Amino acid sequence: MPVTSSDTMEIRTSDDIVRVRQKVRDLAVGIGLGLVDQTKIVTAASEIARNTLDYGGGGTARVEVIEEGFRRGVRVTFEDEGPGIADVTRAMQDGFTTGGGLGLGLSGAKRLSNEFSIQSAVGVGTRIMIARWKSG
Amino acid sequence: MDRIPILKMGSALLVTIQVDMQDRLAMALEEDLTTRIAQTGARGVLIDISSLEIVDSFIGRMLDSIAAVSRLLDARTVVVGMRPAVAITLVELGLTLTGVATALDVERGMALLGERIAGAEGFDAGDIL
Ligand SMILES: Nc1ncnc2c1ncn2[C@@H]1O[C@H](COP(=O)(O)OP(=O)(O)OP(=O)(O)O)[C@@H](O)[C@H]1O
Ligand SMILES: [Mg+2]
Repeated sequence: MPVTSSDTMEIRTSDDIVRVRQKVRDLAVGIGLGLVDQTKIVTAASEIARNTLDYGGGGTARVEVIEEGFRRGVRVTFEDEGPGIADVTRAMQDGFTTGGGLGLGLSGAKRLSNEFSIQSAVGVGTRIMIARWKSG
Repeated sequence: MDRIPILKMGSALLVTIQVDMQDRLAMALEEDLTTRIAQTGARGVLIDISSLEIVDSFIGRMLDSIAAVSRLLDARTVVVGMRPAVAITLVELGLTLTGVATALDVERGMALLGERIAGAEGFDAGDIL
């Protein structure tokens, strides 16, 4: 899949989460995503970025514009080398949390995205991809 | 460290959250607000989020927890000015903020607080009589 723009950003502090949000917003505006779609992908990115920081011990976010045929989208891939997730299926359920949260980040981010994938291995780390296409 | 300004309006406190608030600012706000409620005896808190472009679970939890703590200090919280796109996104995220009262703008929020405070006071007075 062609990638027309790609930036890799560090996630080390909560200020970095703000920067990732802004970058995702800029690209979403750039490809002409509507306001609701922008808000959805930025919110999803914020959730996963926070998990990367809080549970993954920090990591990176690769923020890209992708193309497929005539459509364009924004894709964000988060990677960390933290403890990993032992049971991904459970972690994806609404309400599952080990951090005293609401357990909505992963499941919510999936609902807010058109594409979502997660790979995680205990002791190795976690990679999560979210994307939203410009519809029509 | 920067602080989010808290204004006093009658018996209510007004907080206007600025664009893309950082986490530590959000945490400081919770503390500052509870201190101010205790100091001023405020009966209501209005939180204006009209400049927030997104509300994620972190901010949502903060709003919920401010509302819960304020309630314990006998102040009612109303969140005002949520953007429509934010509301749509919050529901899809699964965060319905059930513990937080909302109003479309500051004026309506003040009206809502006024009703609640008056209502609660009327009730108290009745109790005493
Ligand atoms: N990058 C990660 N590395 C390790 N564990 C993770 C990672 N991301 C998520 N998890 C695990 O998955 C759980 C669910 O995450 P999710 O974001 O859905 O909820 P939460 O962060 O606990 O709460 P919320 O996001 O609602 O504030 C987390 O509590 C944590 O145990
Ligand atoms: Mg989370």
